[in-house]
Amino acid sequence: MSNPEVMDTPRIELTSLDELWFQVAGTICNLTCRHCFISCSPNNHSFEFLSFEQVETALLESVEQGVREYYFTGGEPFLNRNLVPMLKRTLDFGPATVLTNGTVLKPEWLSELRAAEEQSGFSLEFRVSVDGPAAEINDPIRGDGTFERAIKGVALLCEHDFLPIITMTQTWDDSRNAEILQQFRDVLRQLGCHRPRLKILPRLKIGAEENRMEGYAETERITHQMMEGFDRNQLLCHHSRVITNRGVYVCPILLEASDGKMGDTLAESLHPFPLNYGACYTCYQFGAICTNTTLRPRESD
Amino acid sequence: MKLALFGGLYSNYLALEVAIADAQQRNVDAMYCLGDLGAFGPYPDRVFPLLRQHEIICVQGNYDDSIGNELNDCQCGYTDPDDNHFAQVSYDYTLQNTCADNKAWLRGLPKELGLTVDGLRLLLCHGSPRRTNEFLWQSTTSTAFLNRLADERSADLIIGTHTGIHWQRELRDLRRYVNVGVLGRPENDGSTNVWYTVLRTGSDADSDALPCTANGGAIPVSVDFVPVAYDYELLANEMRREKLPDEFIQTVMTGWWTTCLEILPSRERRVGKF
Repeated sequence: MSNPEVMDTPRIELTSLDELWFQVAGTICNLTCRHCFISCSPNNHSFEFLSFEQVETALLESVEQGVREYYFTGGEPFLNRNLVPMLKRTLDFGPATVLTNGTVLKPEWLSELRAAEEQSGFSLEFRVSVDGPAAEINDPIRGDGTFERAIKGVALLCEHDFLPIITMTQTWDDSRNAEILQQFRDVLRQLGCHRPRLKILPRLKIGAEENRMEGYAETERITHQMMEGFDRNQLLCHHSRVITNRGVYVCPILLEASDGKMGDTLAESLHPFPLNYGACYTCYQFGAICTNTTLRPRESD
Repeated sequence: MKLALFGGLYSNYLALEVAIADAQQRNVDAMYCLGDLGAFGPYPDRVFPLLRQHEIICVQGNYDDSIGNELNDCQCGYTDPDDNHFAQVSYDYTLQNTCADNKAWLRGLPKELGLTVDGLRLLLCHGSPRRTNEFLWQSTTSTAFLNRLADERSADLIIGTHTGIHWQRELRDLRRYVNVGVLGRPENDGSTNVWYTVLRTGSDADSDALPCTANGGAIPVSVDFVPVAYDYELLANEMRREKLPDEFIQTVMTGWWTTCLEILPSRERRVGKF
């Protein structure tokens, strides 16, 4: 993704590093979803796994910054065989959230993590990507058989007394949202998940999704005028950074942006970022969709 | 010094009356309320005379800002459609039933209060020191983050409410964060009682109390989370009379939260019934 070099682009400062992300599986995934914004696949090695030491070093550095919570993403985080020890170590510092496709979970990992969560006092959340309440909606996007595999993962999480958050990328018309949500609640109840947590997310029109459907129009950019009076907390880059094996990046969406890398250490990566990209426009419209947004309500004053 | 600290009232004037009497019996030196006077309960105007009569000093919550300025919603930041529905029912009722004088009073409340008590620097806020409607849940707030807030605001004790569940944590350099809980509704634990907090400092603290920093010194501080039993059946009847949702009444009668659950982190939600 090249920098469009828009003249006079608004820049956003990072005033408070609240969330630290770990691109823990790089761009490596067991699935090849047709809408993936960073085109993850079994063979995409643009970004590689993080090591336990890399995560621990960043955790220690994050304390100085007063980081509030930690997110683990990829690719599929559970492909990284060190994920369980990494999460256990993270829970010594604060709450953690894993963004997973739910297809490779093992009961022994979840038992270990559940015990670690109980001991730490902080929450361990799982955001499971399932793009609809039925295979007919999900599988054309995420691959044959993935709905059934993901749902088994969701059931396994519920069996271990986790309360997974199901995130669905919306590939249907807005008018169907209520019906889709109800259908998914019914599916979850049948699995024994009685406290459904469901979120519908917008598509990010970059990476594989740009080829599947369409990219952003040139007009879909944030302007200075749009920033006037806008609550900047709605933009992830205002309060987050991402640790990758290639350095610290601005957000988990813009890994392929030419200016996405902010520095080699957290301390080097706190400078402002130009909001040049179409994906920035989606973040502007919908809020920081990658995070547990209910923990970050809109500013009241 | 002894301070009574009341969290969100949510129009629960019956619990407020009991809490005030309890605090008086404990001979507190002052009483404070950390905001969100309305919401959820009946007859929102009934808490105001109590607050004035007993000279309770108030901080503005997000609900107070909304009602005072007649905004469109309560600014709780729900994203789930069901949560938004119930939040709006509650908000519309409270907006409609709060008189103009009380709205003006809510508008004028400060967003935070800084106090010096026995040399300790207390910062009283609603959600967090940086944002009125920020939820500081025990399970999703790292200690490093609270240390940063205390550093930024040069506070020895940060005191807030907003989440509806009391908790506290010791911070670096003997500082502390305290969430005082709320008087408005039970804590999602199956008990009908609600909570407030008594802070005792210096010679009023327990002899074995943990110290808190004060300009390099160490002042003992005791934090008492006080359960408040009140006439919840009367409150429920009044809510019925006002045609407030059955879901709210069920919470008052059972102690379990039934609505606006999406904001709960998994750890806090897991202990509830719904």
